[in-house]
Amino acid sequence: MKIVLVGHGMVGHKFLEELRQLQTPGAEVTVLCEEPRVAYDRVHLSEFFAGKTAEDLSLVAPGFFAEAGFTLRLGSRAAAIDRRARTVTTQDGVTLPYDKLVLATGSYPFVPPVKGSERDQCFVYRTIEDLEAMKAAGAISRKGVVVGGGLLGLECAKALRDLGLETHVVEFAPRLMAVQVDDEGGRILRSKIEALGVQVHTERNTVEITDGRSARHRMVFADGTHLETDMIVFSAGIRPRDELARQNALAVGARGGIAIDDHCRTSDAAILAIGECAAWRDQTFGLVAPGYEMARIAARQLAGDAQAAFGGADMSTKLKLMGVDVASIGDAHGRTPGCRSFRYADECKQVYKKIVVSADGKHLLGAVLVGNADEYGTLLQMALNRIALPADPEFLILPSSDGKAKPGLGADALPDSAQICSCNNVSKGQICAAVGEGASTIGEIKACTKAGATCGGCVPLVTQVMKAEMARLGLSVNNHLCEHFPYSRQELYHLVRVGEIRSFEDLLARHGQGLGCDICKPTAASIFASCWNDFVLKGELATLQDSNDYFLGNIQKDGTYSVVPRMPGGEVTPEGLIAVGQVAKKYGLYTKITGGQRVDLFGARVEQLPAIWEELIAAGFESGHAYGKALRTVKSCVGSTWCRYGVDDSVGLAIELENRYKGLRAPHKIKFGVSGCTRECAEAQGKDIGIIATERGWNLYVCGNGGMKPRHAELIAADLDKAGLVRLIDRFLMFYVRTADRLQRTSTWRDNLEGGLDYLKAVLIDDSLGICSELEQQMQHVVDTYQCEWKTAITDPEVRKRFRTFINDPRADQRIVFVEERGQIRPARAEERPIVENAEVEA
Amino acid sequence: MSPARTAPMSSEELKWTAVCKLGDILPGTGVCALVEGRHVAVFRIGDSGIHAIDNIDPRSGASVLSRGLVGNLGEHIVVASPLYKNHFDLRTGECLEAPEHSVRAHHVRVNGDDVLIALA
Ligand code: SRM
Ligand SMILES: Cc1cc2nc3c(=O)[nH]c(=O)nc-3n(C[C@H](O)[C@H](O)[C@H](O)COP(=O)(O)OP(=O)(O)OC[C@H]3O[C@@H](n4cnc5c(N)ncnc54)[C@H](O)[C@@H]3O)c2cc1C
Ligand code: SF4
Ligand code: FES
Repeated sequence: MKIVLVGHGMVGHKFLEELRQLQTPGAEVTVLCEEPRVAYDRVHLSEFFAGKTAEDLSLVAPGFFAEAGFTLRLGSRAAAIDRRARTVTTQDGVTLPYDKLVLATGSYPFVPPVKGSERDQCFVYRTIEDLEAMKAAGAISRKGVVVGGGLLGLECAKALRDLGLETHVVEFAPRLMAVQVDDEGGRILRSKIEALGVQVHTERNTVEITDGRSARHRMVFADGTHLETDMIVFSAGIRPRDELARQNALAVGARGGIAIDDHCRTSDAAILAIGECAAWRDQTFGLVAPGYEMARIAARQLAGDAQAAFGGADMSTKLKLMGVDVASIGDAHGRTPGCRSFRYADECKQVYKKIVVSADGKHLLGAVLVGNADEYGTLLQMALNRIALPADPEFLILPSSDGKAKPGLGADALPDSAQICSCNNVSKGQICAAVGEGASTIGEIKACTKAGATCGGCVPLVTQVMKAEMARLGLSVNNHLCEHFPYSRQELYHLVRVGEIRSFEDLLARHGQGLGCDICKPTAASIFASCWNDFVLKGELATLQDSNDYFLGNIQKDGTYSVVPRMPGGEVTPEGLIAVGQVAKKYGLYTKITGGQRVDLFGARVEQLPAIWEELIAAGFESGHAYGKALRTVKSCVGSTWCRYGVDDSVGLAIELENRYKGLRAPHKIKFGVSGCTRECAEAQGKDIGIIATERGWNLYVCGNGGMKPRHAELIAADLDKAGLVRLIDRFLMFYVRTADRLQRTSTWRDNLEGGLDYLKAVLIDDSLGICSELEQQMQHVVDTYQCEWKTAITDPEVRKRFRTFINDPRADQRIVFVEERGQIRPARAEERPIVENAEVEA
Repeated sequence: MSPARTAPMSSEELKWTAVCKLGDILPGTGVCALVEGRHVAVFRIGDSGIHAIDNIDPRSGASVLSRGLVGNLGEHIVVASPLYKNHFDLRTGECLEAPEHSVRAHHVRVNGDDVLIALA
């Protein structure tokens, strides 16, 4: 059977994945993809502005087409269909025969017929190319306007604001998000959005766009007012791309869209339509979940399952717009005859909640939540599964001031068939099954069921279901550090902080058991250091340190150590470099430039370390903490001082930051990068903390990683001044120190953080937990109590004594043997070593 | 090397070497001593006292076990090799993860303030 798919967007690709899984015998599949790239995640398109690349957004696993045996034609638009001959012809003249044709052509953005809308610097918001053009325009614009205050329009406004533009939203209707939210909710939403610096203009009908005086364009409104702006983005709704259907006399829906029946068949049974281009019972769906469901139905149809049927879709939505929660469920406007509603509004905290219940008060029909959507998961499940309402349904949305717990809906109350993730149609039963097969983190659940992997809105509920199931199976949600402490690292951190515990002995006595081990001891040492910042080799603390921290150097394969002096920002004077060279020469150390912009000296024996460091310290160097789970390096580019493109002094800032945070102990190592302009020569977006100079200040990126699993850092705040930047980094780092698991880099920590980047912003920028000043104070304490560990170590005779090979013999370890290579030493390989048994010293 | 110990000898037949004072070993850590040319890791652990095993980590051939972190895993009192983190039982020398990498455990005695080792 020859199958031709027209349109490789989100739904088209889902169809291919389903088809492949069903392994339809004899299927020959050809895909016509109009865009210059394979399907990508349009839902997360805005993340392109936060540093995601087209590759990051791709939905297609490497090798997918080759392995599935499907043919892909990129940049190929279907221009005509011949239904009688059953062929499709592309715009470049290729004709392909089909037995079944699947149309997944999506939608196009609607641009209102306004005079001047075709001017330069007017955009729509749909494809990666659109965003690339917007980004380029943003760089040369000061002001931006979004036409349309719906869901997408607000998301687009956020993007403009993140590009650093003065941002306006122009809406025709009297309120924002008119489809999802009622008047009162719209009012609160508006004031929240305005508080974030986006100006909202409702009831404005644009009639013309002309040349502006203070900016490129002037938008003239029907009421005679006007607004000037440098760029405009139209986000005034979408229209189904049904042109192929219209050209070929296929039936279309009353309001457009290719008409389909319950089996996704168009009026020609050989042609199916799925996704946003399809109209089912005259209704089109502008969300991905119904499209995915249609993709599954269509694939099963073609695989021979004639029963597979589409039954409509729930259009409930929850999103976070610029940190503002907005959710809408079912009959949000209370249109069901006889229904009644409960409303709660708090104009101080700017929260609005409404529920719509059936005439008999037994069932939930709809809801609107603005400002706080914590109850979304519970309410949605109540509505979808027709779960009987409690006697006083108002308590579902009232804040629980009297300490009475909310009549929440435990995950237990849900039937196994309840759909938890609508994007990927994952039921409670499937999540429980995954737990039964061993998944125990949200990351594992995502990987094996895909629940939570698309819009992310269901993650809190998925987590709840997972935990409940684990508890039911008697798998205590075990995040215990090790057998000695029945606590997670985060819990242990709080116990230490709150109990002011300063010794392992005390910690063990109060909260643990046994002797401890190589997991909990370094963890405790790191927590003590983050909290109290005592010298790491002081008394009992020394006994908790990993070998690397105990000897303040990285142990190498032959038992020697490496020596890495700090060179903040990668800057070093010729004198400094000479001093390092002299030390290396004197002690015969292998010398290499590291990937972290500094010099590493290898091959030091343990008893040589104090003398080596004594000389380095005399030359003005400090410990580089290359051995610690601590701040490593702040990589810099040369910046505005020398570089013809630099817009700010990246080296100066890098040095300042490295000096501020040096010595900070953390759950894992921390790396920074500071670049002087967007060319990004310091690769800041691959670091835990990345900073890039802009014309207006500094952009701060967080949670990048370059190592085992590269991850682009995400923009958390733009155009900060230096004080604001440092304050935000203080908060970020301390929050990470507090809450991450042991050996969790910021990137994995972020990936496991419920609520993601928006949650981080809420906590660190909006201070939603009220802890920001505490985080800053704690960081200041660490900064104020910094000491160079090597300096303290060499000046303390007790500590210095520990650097020796044998307790009872002054000789060096004869087993350490070097050979020469390229003019320097390296450890001898087994076959190059003199034959020695355990004993080799002959007296 | 196998964990099998040589047949127990009476204390008098063993050749004891004093390696250091008790106070030379920070409780909860180890040191390396040279005993008849052999590298021996000597640990001082809270109540269970002094233990000695070979210092050479069979997996890397480096003389480093005395620099590992000590603690317990269930019933075993162990040191974790600082290189690859495998655990050695301090009383038997057994490598818990890979028995073929076990080391020898040696005899220890504390005489007044002196720590004495006899090779097994
Ligand atoms: C020396 C150096 C390689 C070099 O010759 O250039 C190096 C050497 C080691 N790296 Fe690295 N890394 C070095 C730069 C990097 C970089 C590049 C950078 O920092 O820009 C990366 C990728 C960036 C990143 O971290 O995201 C890097 C990613 C890793 C990773 C993977 C971490 C991850 O989360 O993905 C490990 C393994 C780990 O930490 O668990 C690692 C671990 C190690 C260890 C500690 C492995 C070990 O336990 O022996 C190596 C010993 C260092 C020593 O003895 O001093 N090293 N390592 C570099 C020292 C930089 C410095 O000045 O401090
Ligand atoms: C910025 C943004 C944010 C969004 N956020 C959300 C959200 O949070 N939640 C949600 O549920 N939905 C969201 N959506 C909507 C979601 O992206 C769409 O519902 C989904 O992409 C629809 O998939 P589709 O395959 O039907 O259409 P598309 O993904 O648009 O794919 C259609 C493809 O067909 C191609 N095509 C069209 N005609 C032809 C032809 N003749 N020949 C060849 N190819 C053709 C098009 O070029 C396109 O690549 C968002 C959309 C945008 C733009
Ligand atoms: S794996 Fe990489 S980081 Fe580790 S020692 Fe080898 S080169 Fe260095
Ligand atoms: S509901 Fe969108 S990812 Fe689950």
